[in-house]
Amino acid sequence: MAEVQRVGEVIEASTTGFVAQCYELYQLPPLGSLVKTRDLPVELYGIVYNAATTSLEPGRRPIARGKDEASEEAIYQSSPQLLKLLRSEFGVLVVGHRQDDKLFHYLPSKPARIHGFVYLCSPEEVKEFSQSFDFLNILLNAHLPVSAEELIAACLRQMSQVHEDRHAFLVAAGKELAILLSGELNQLKAILGRIKE
Amino acid sequence: MTQENTERLGIVVSGSLNKGIEVKLDSSASVEDMAVGRYVTIEGGKQRFFGMITDISLGVIDQKLTLTPPDVSDPFMAEVLAGTSTYGTLHVLPMLTIGGDVASLIEGPQPVKTVPSHFSLVNLASQRDVELVFGSEDERKFYIGTPLDMETKICLNLEELVKRSNGIFGKSGTGKTFLTRLLLIGMLQKGTAVNLVFDMHSEYGWEGRSEEGRKVKALKQLFPSRVAVFTLDEENSRRRRVSTDFVVRIGYDEIEPEDMALLRQTLNLTEPAVEAVYQMRRRFGRDWLQNTLDLKDSEETRELLRELTIHESTFQNLQRGLATIRRLPFIESRAPDNTVKRILDYLDQGINVVLEFGRYTDITAYILVANLLTRRIHTQYRERMEKAMGEDIALPRALVITIEEAHKFLNPEVASQTIFGTIAREMRKYNVTLLVIDQRPSGIDSEVMSQIGTKVTCLLDNERDIDSVLAGVSGKSELKSVLSRLESRQQALIFGHAVPMPVVVRTREYGSAESYKDFVSTERAEMSQQAKKDIEELWE
Repeated sequence: MAEVQRVGEVIEASTTGFVAQCYELYQLPPLGSLVKTRDLPVELYGIVYNAATTSLEPGRRPIARGKDEASEEAIYQSSPQLLKLLRSEFGVLVVGHRQDDKLFHYLPSKPARIHGFVYLCSPEEVKEFSQSFDFLNILLNAHLPVSAEELIAACLRQMSQVHEDRHAFLVAAGKELAILLSGELNQLKAILGRIKE
Repeated sequence: MTQENTERLGIVVSGSLNKGIEVKLDSSASVEDMAVGRYVTIEGGKQRFFGMITDISLGVIDQKLTLTPPDVSDPFMAEVLAGTSTYGTLHVLPMLTIGGDVASLIEGPQPVKTVPSHFSLVNLASQRDVELVFGSEDERKFYIGTPLDMETKICLNLEELVKRSNGIFGKSGTGKTFLTRLLLIGMLQKGTAVNLVFDMHSEYGWEGRSEEGRKVKALKQLFPSRVAVFTLDEENSRRRRVSTDFVVRIGYDEIEPEDMALLRQTLNLTEPAVEAVYQMRRRFGRDWLQNTLDLKDSEETRELLRELTIHESTFQNLQRGLATIRRLPFIESRAPDNTVKRILDYLDQGINVVLEFGRYTDITAYILVANLLTRRIHTQYRERMEKAMGEDIALPRALVITIEEAHKFLNPEVASQTIFGTIAREMRKYNVTLLVIDQRPSGIDSEVMSQIGTKVTCLLDNERDIDSVLAGVSGKSELKSVLSRLESRQQALIFGHAVPMPVVVRTREYGSAESYKDFVSTERAEMSQQAKKDIEELWE
């Protein structure tokens, strides 16, 4: 496989996560997908938990323009500047890192670097990362704008696609969740309901 | 189902030595595959533990699950929850420890004195483990059956077995007779003891019948040179085409007052009537029975009764009872031969004696004959034993006396008076022990019961029977659940001296040509070995 797909650049970073902006409008990585950024010698892994497309300037809201246009595409064609006035960005929750070729499923010592490139992980990397379900605990305990159930379900669905035995992977993940959520039956049920095939 | 190596079941989560250990099942092991009575090994830090599953239960991690059960019709949901939110637990009773060092390898498995540490691995016992615990067949150990779901042989240490009295219990139709036959064959094969069998239903000597009505060979057919069949009912034996070695007749003068005391219940005698027997014995000597029956209703008799202070109604009661005995066809005024001497002659030669009762299967005849013969044989044995000890010569052969309907001989009212009670209590001092067969063990005196060395019990479902069989055994309540769940055929729980720990066995096959060959082939090998030894001795 050639160089892994580059999806954006870090524009805001903290210990627990970072925000990255896409180079092209709407070229967002899917919710729950595994991405990475480098701060050599450390590679940070994170899960996309949120994405937004907003106006470049916070105070200036877009206005409706399509009244006289035939299609949605036509709006962008007649106002090409729109692509430059809007931007897509996504939030990533850091769930692990790699250092000296070893994978750790916990937070790195330093946050990501601003302007670090963000790549979508290759299927091999996803497979390797999902050998352990320790990241589920980080996802469960994070305070995010999107509910943990939705995020975990999306993440597991994404990851399951790279495994040959999808069912076995989901069952193993489900069992891990059943232990983590032993007291939260409803939350468990909600997640399981979203990941079953 | 044979598993090589080990099959992981789960981990130890809690428990105590007294109450047993709780094991949480792994999600890969289904509760439905478990069975009470199976063996497991627990890998402790320093030693391995050997135990038995005594209970299986279900657990949930959160009580809410029981109130709002998840949709388990969805296989994904069911699969995820199994072993995590919902799980199975095993209750395991640790029985033995198998140490890892050399010393403990030599000593063999030891009784358990502690419990394994938290989260020790629990595996299904492998064939090798079971073999290590129960040993393999050799000149002292007899293969009695296999554990549930395994092909390993479970062996009884017959040398230990015959040192004490033993019991075979179980509801009728659960295979007591088959087990008894197996044990008798074992003792015969290994030559650990000679047997005297009081065979009420004539099923141990020549042939018996299986539950399906199939004929099965018994002792004499398998070991013709080492079994003698005595009979009380020659005609019956002839009709069944059984070649008998001796016809037993009993003389009036052989019946003693003690025999009457034992028959009190069956003959419906009153307490004073039994007392009167002793007075009659004193008065008339050995011929008391004949003389008592001969007393007519005359002035002389009344005079005699007044003299002996026996009430007339008591006397009538006694006469009625004695008349019942006299009606037994094998009772004669003078016996032509000395039965006891004949039996002892055979036993001395190492030949086992089976006494068939033929048609006389009523309990009066059985109690009378068994008690009468046993008492005298025991006396003889006692004398010999004392002589042997005094003169420092070889002790007489160990003798095992088999009695059926044991609760009639050993119930609390008569156990202290009968010879069987004495034998059960005195145990091996005189080299005579009992093999009692019974379906109502609760009817047996608890003192006798406590002296029984090895107990083999088939299914019992009466609470009192179960309690009396298990009295004094450690882990009683756990064994209780095992015992009451035995299958009604071919399964038995064995515990006591002859086995290192309680064990549920599926009894060895008996009745097919192959099974006979097994018994006899070992016998042949032993015979040739014996012949070789004899020849060697000859040339010494």
